[in-house]
Order: sequence, then structure tokens, then C-alpha cells
Amino acid sequence: MKFFRILGRNIRDSFRSVFRNFALSMASISCITITLIVVAVAIILSYNVNSFATNVEKDVTIVTFLDVDITPEEKDDVEDQINNLDYIETYRYESKTQIAEEMMKSSEVFTNIMKDWDEKDSPIQSTFLVKVTNIDLIGEVAQKISAIENVSAVKYGEGMVEQLVSVFEIIKKVSIGTVIALILVTAFLISNTIKITIFSRKREIEIMRLVGASNINIKIPFIFEGLFLGILGAIIPIIATVYGYLSLYKQFSGQLFSPFIKLISPEPFVFLISGVLIVIGIAVGMFGSWRAVRKHLNI
Amino acid sequence: MSLIRVRNVKKQYKNGVTALYDVDLDINKGEFVFVIGSTGCGKSTLIKMLYREEKPTSGSINVGGVEVAKLRNGKVYKVRRKIGVVFQDFKLLNRANVYENVAFALEIFGLPKTEIHARVLKVLDLVGLKNKARHYPTELSGGEQQRVAIARAIINEPKLLLCDEPTGNLDKTTSMEIMNVLLEINKLGTTIIMVTHDTGIVAKLNKRVILLDAGRVLKDYVEGEYKHEVL
Repeated sequence: MKFFRILGRNIRDSFRSVFRNFALSMASISCITITLIVVAVAIILSYNVNSFATNVEKDVTIVTFLDVDITPEEKDDVEDQINNLDYIETYRYESKTQIAEEMMKSSEVFTNIMKDWDEKDSPIQSTFLVKVTNIDLIGEVAQKISAIENVSAVKYGEGMVEQLVSVFEIIKKVSIGTVIALILVTAFLISNTIKITIFSRKREIEIMRLVGASNINIKIPFIFEGLFLGILGAIIPIIATVYGYLSLYKQFSGQLFSPFIKLISPEPFVFLISGVLIVIGIAVGMFGSWRAVRKHLNI
Repeated sequence: MSLIRVRNVKKQYKNGVTALYDVDLDINKGEFVFVIGSTGCGKSTLIKMLYREEKPTSGSINVGGVEVAKLRNGKVYKVRRKIGVVFQDFKLLNRANVYENVAFALEIFGLPKTEIHARVLKVLDLVGLKNKARHYPTELSGGEQQRVAIARAIINEPKLLLCDEPTGNLDKTTSMEIMNVLLEINKLGTTIIMVTHDTGIVAKLNKRVILLDAGRVLKDYVEGEYKHEVL
């Protein structure tokens, strides 16, 4: 009971202090708000880029073109060799007939040209569509496949895939860097706010010491104040994230520019981000005030 | 049995000034002791060391069985809870009313509201301010503000009350009112040590008087002795 009464008193005092130094508190709260909005944008961006990258990676296929005049035995031989390679996730065979049928389905022009081709005349090459387990190793695997006898060529969007992967990496790194820098600046600002609170409450601290308040008793209200600043600063970013992302998702019907770039479904995504934002807000607030208390409350 | 035992206490500040040299003192439970002397003689330093605001450079200070000189900063609150302190400048919170100023000393210990209420009213009654509980310090006279400070100092029922020139800012009549409150508290069993410049009050009250001069105890007058010498 005693513990809860002391806790209650500390919480009440910290809350009062937030409003007593309103201008200063507002400066800290705004700073946390801006930081957390940037954090939210960074998280939304990097998660979507990540999910997009994963989708792209899943779709990247090595198209293995076989020689036009390949015999069924030779085809089986190529299949065995592909099967024995490392990092192969799946592979699928498409015969020249299947390919021709599909092409003819897609356009009348093809139908007119290709309808008279028979198996032997067809210049179309049968293919193996190979997916790899690790996108980073796609070049290596493609090279091994191209070395197999009776394989005439391999195509996997060389260059483009590597570029895409490196762009994703850069986006991730830049957003993480920005977030860390902003968090540090905010922690510093909160530390300053609490420092001024400590100075403005010097008399109160002196009296508390005189009447026998323990050090923890004196320090905890300041830590709570930092915590409140963190929570108050997280409110707007959370609302902005939830409503912002929901309306963005609706506006673009879940995809950005093309069906190729799918947005992450808002639930539970936005709630997870909200949780992360409030945790960061509290952590930054408490860290900032702890730093100020340690530095300026010499008791 | 002495409540305070000071042995060979020396205090030298960092700037090289020595405030006290080899002070020995014994103060018994329930005593009322005045500490007098000219400005800079070490009176306030002595009081500060008793509630462990300052540490002696050498020597030992025992207050109620606690060796305060050896107390670590983190443990100082333990001795403070047994000591009340009153200052010349009252040290009240101007944004809190009389009741809140006094209750403050109990709230930080997590006492139940009903108990705080009862104890605050009791102590405000003792200092004669029960009817001003809702007033703010700025609405009170100097004497009344000092009585609030005294109420706050004794709310925890300390064994020892230290007063550092509590009448320094007050006129003669008001000073006597404060002295009467302190005498009343002393009668209830609290040991009081009061630093003062007001030799008129000291002569009038017939209490033990310790005269400090240049950091040394020049004379320790027993009850009645000081008045006799002055007159």
C-alpha cells in the first residue's frame, strides 16, 4: 500500500510538473513527436521495401534455355544436373510445345505465325524455370547452369536484380541511420528539459532532502516526467500512423503504382508500429531524464 | 545519556578556511541549547554538520546513536528523518498552501491520507495556525511563515530540532511568539538547538548557552549562568 501511495504521489507530481513548465515540455513533446513520425515513416518504408524485396526475390527465376535440337535423354541429363546443384529451391520444365501454346493463347499474331510449326521446325527452345533459395547467389547458380552441356543460354535479369537488392539495402541503412540520429537528438532535448525542471525545483529538492526523502524518492518524479513526455509525444505519431497508413492503403487499394508493388496489410501492421512508437517514446523520455538526473541532481 | 556527542571536530572548507577547531560537545535529551557567537564563528557550520549537510574534516559526531560523520550520501535521509530543521528564510513552497507545505513532509513517506490529515491539523494547532491551513505562504506574515516551517520540521516527531537563526528576520514581538512555540515543543520532549544572534532572547530564557568564537567553544554556560554574566 505504502509503495503505491508513494508511486501515486510521484506520478501526480510528475504530471503537474509537465504542465508547470508547459513551454519547455511542449518543446520536448514536439521533438519526440517529430522524431516518432520520422521513425514511423522509416519503419513503414523499410518494412514495405522489405516485403516488396521478398516478393521480388521469390519471383526471380533463372530461365534456362536448352538447345533447340535436344533429345529427351539429353533433357533428362540436364534435369539431373540441375537437381544436383546447391541452392535450388524449385524448378519446372516447359517444353517448346507448351510455350508455343501459351504464346498462341496470348495473341492472334502468334497463332497465325506458329500454328503450322511442328515439333521439329519450331525455333522455340524448351526451358527449365529455376528458382534459387538465396537471391544473393543467383549469379553463381546461373553460371553453373550455363556450364551444363546442351544448355544454350540462361537469363535471370542480370544486373537489374543486383541493383534492386543494393537499392533496398541503401534505403534500409539510411532510414536506420536517420532514426538513430533523431533519437539521440531527442534524448538530448529531453535531458535539457529535465535539467531545467531540476533547477526550477531546487527549493523543493532541498526541502525533500531536509525532511528525509531518500535519493530514489527525489529522483523518481523526474524519471516519471521523462516518461510522460515520451507518452505525450507518441500520441500524435500513433494517430498519424494508424489513420495515415489506413487511408494510404485504401487510396492505393493495397498496391503502389502497379500490382507488382504490394503494400503490407494495415492490420496488425499499424498496431505493431504504434507499440514500437510508444516504447521508443518512453525509452527516449526515461533515458533523457535519467541522464539529466545523474548529471545535475547531486545528492 | 547524551543525544549528541561531538568529539575533536575540525572543519576546514575546500577554500582553506577553517570554520571549527577541536570542538567537543555533549547535549542531553530534552535540553534547550542556544549557540551564539559573532558572524563567521562557526555556528551554522556546527548545525550543518549535525544534520549532515556538511562533513567534518576530522573528529566524530554522534547523533542519537548514529555516527553522522561517517554516513554515506545515500544514507543521509535516515538521520534526517529523526531531525527537524528550521531556517531563517523559512524555506517554504510558495505554490503550496500551509496544509500542503506541512503535509509534504509526510507524503513522501507514503502515509495514508487520513493519517496525514490528522497529524497536520494537530501540529498546525500546536503552532497556532489551524485557521490558516488553506492560506498560501505569500499571504502570511513572517512569524506565521516561520511557524509553518516549524510545523513541517516537527511533523515527523523528531527527537532533535535544529534552528538556524529562526528569528533572524522577525521583529521582537514575533520572535517571542516563535520562542514560545519552540519552548512548547521542547516541553513535549524534543531536544532543541538554536543558533541565534539575538542575545536579548538568550538572556531572557535562562537556557544552556554555548558561546563560539573563531571556531572554538569559548564558553559553555549552564542554565541561568549566561543571564547572570550578561546582567
